[in-house]
Amino acid sequence: MKHRISALFLGAALTVAAGSALAQDKTVKIGVLTDNSGLYSDLGGAGSTLAAQMAIEDSGLAAKGWKIDLISADHQNKPDIATTIARQWVDVEKVDIFMDVLNSGVALAVNNLVKEKNAIMINTGAATSDLTNAQCSPNTVHWVYDTYMLANSTGQALVKAGGDTWYFLTADYAFGHALERDTTAVVVKSGGKVIGTVKHPLNSSDFSSFLLQAQASKAKIVGMANAGGDTTNTIKQASEFGIVAGGQKLAGLLLFITDVHSLGLKVAQGLSFTETFYWDLNDDTRAFSKRFSERMKNKAMPSMVQAGVYSGLIHYFKSLEAMGGNPHDGAKVVAKMKELPTDDKLFGKGTIRADGRKIHPAYLFEVKKPAESKGPWDYYKLIGTTPADQAFRPLSESACALVKK
Amino acid sequence: MQALYAQLLVGLINGSFYALLSLGLAVIFGMLNIINFAHGALYMMGAFCAYFLLQLTGIGYWWALLIAPIVVGIFGMILERTMLQWLTGLDHLYGLLLTFGIALIVQGVFQNYFGSSGLPYAIPDYPQIGDWRGLQGGMNLGFMFLPVYRGWVVIFSLVVCIATWYLIEKTRLGANLRAATENPTLVRAFGINVPRMITLTYGLGVGLAALAGVLSAPINQVRPLMGADLIIVVFAVVVIGGMGSIMGSIITGFALGVIEGLTKYFYPEASNTVVFVLMVLVLLIKPAGLTGRAA
Repeated sequence: MKHRISALFLGAALTVAAGSALAQDKTVKIGVLTDNSGLYSDLGGAGSTLAAQMAIEDSGLAAKGWKIDLISADHQNKPDIATTIARQWVDVEKVDIFMDVLNSGVALAVNNLVKEKNAIMINTGAATSDLTNAQCSPNTVHWVYDTYMLANSTGQALVKAGGDTWYFLTADYAFGHALERDTTAVVVKSGGKVIGTVKHPLNSSDFSSFLLQAQASKAKIVGMANAGGDTTNTIKQASEFGIVAGGQKLAGLLLFITDVHSLGLKVAQGLSFTETFYWDLNDDTRAFSKRFSERMKNKAMPSMVQAGVYSGLIHYFKSLEAMGGNPHDGAKVVAKMKELPTDDKLFGKGTIRADGRKIHPAYLFEVKKPAESKGPWDYYKLIGTTPADQAFRPLSESACALVKK
Repeated sequence: MQALYAQLLVGLINGSFYALLSLGLAVIFGMLNIINFAHGALYMMGAFCAYFLLQLTGIGYWWALLIAPIVVGIFGMILERTMLQWLTGLDHLYGLLLTFGIALIVQGVFQNYFGSSGLPYAIPDYPQIGDWRGLQGGMNLGFMFLPVYRGWVVIFSLVVCIATWYLIEKTRLGANLRAATENPTLVRAFGINVPRMITLTYGLGVGLAALAGVLSAPINQVRPLMGADLIIVVFAVVVIGGMGSIMGSIITGFALGVIEGLTKYFYPEASNTVVFVLMVLVLLIKPAGLTGRAA
């Protein structure tokens, strides 16, 4: 009898302790899962970790008694390695939130795991629009851009400008396939035609064979459904084979500022493509980018992926603060994030939709000529803006189960 | 049909890189018995060397073709003197592990400083004589547009390959070298400094890698991982051609480039794996490679 009473007391005491700990738990662990060594490491990588660090500092939560930890790891662009790390992070390291998660193949794999473990992923790096469509999840927010938006903005603009026949060079994995599929839909809808496509392995160094096939097709637009090092090598070799000089136009469906920097303006001039962030957009983006670049080892300006890590975390912290503590319940926190409007210095005012899609404007840029550029990193001319409510896939077309019809 | 000719030519161009790189590997393996996994990293250093020469000193492509192989070759000789020479007589595995480690370190250092997306290096636009704009531009062959630079790469690599083959197989120096690897003690008795010869040979092999790096800089981005992406294919070339066989690696290099080019035309998805499928087939039929002698 005595034993039973003391056991009851102990149980009650533990429940109360756990309950109060839940309400006031002010610890957060952030994991930046990215490509630290491969072909996408300049646009995410160490810069994403730095952006996360800056978000933690700028949030001011430490002064309010929060304890925020940050870890990062290299997924090497391999979904199996990524899921192993992710599993370890959730089970052992108790990571609450995954940031960046570049590479569509990796992102889709981690997406499943995050849902299973009720953690959170704010994806700023992967492009596939499936993350908020067929494979949407209550635990995932897709922050910066996606293939539907890229296709919608760049694809439509190019067809309108007369580029009605297309040939695709497509990276042969989830991202390339999604980008080609979404762009094809837009091209066809706008009255254009796709006359051919060639799928190349990820991380190819030689594109001359593929470019020759694109050249022989006589398509007006050669669409590059690839990214990072694949895109820069394609552009460089396309100029060598006289693709643009021969009257075809090269369309960079996904290009990052780090790619333009690496190509140099002489080769990259005239390319048009879509981004949702550019360091030179306004005073706020300039101020952030200057601070960021000073702390980067190679003084690089932030890519939209890295900027997304910062802005995504700022909103996450805001939501946690509104909840008064960290419940360590992914779906619950994401629901709160969707409830609150987003407003940060890098992407401006926006919202997160029911399907997990973060909504903000998309900008169509053109790369400046060498003579127009006033200095290092002054690369883009703004030639058009798609308003936030038109940039992304409308909810009426969504196949996401979270969207009430 | 025209497209097919074009793919054949493009394949030949890629083949010339494979040939140059596998030639250096074959020289090093044939003479030093070392499986040089650092070859890709040294190829990358050649490209970076050309970039630095241009950016820091204004020395252009033509001089880089000469200076970069010498600079990287000297780096290679220092490697050989300080590390590789201690492996003489040990199992191949030690050389492989050591050079693989060196490659990882070199690539890691470059990536740490220069990132992954690479640096620009333009096709040289001089000498400008009349309408001739250096190696820029291209010509219409009827069935394809051939960039002048690519044509230059094929011719230049062919010349270098044949010269190296001649040096090793037909000259007195080459004869000494081959003798020194067969029986170092005996050759030393003739008053020939064998360790110095070995060092110079490693320098030559490394210089060939750096030369290929300079050649590739205007075509590919100058990236820290450019060698890592290529080296596995080049190893397959050497294995198919027969480890250590000079002529074997030159011919296989060009042939594999062409086969890869054709795969890119008929079934692009398989272009990264076709070389390995071939390697498996060749090794099943001839375990010593196409021109290799049975060990």
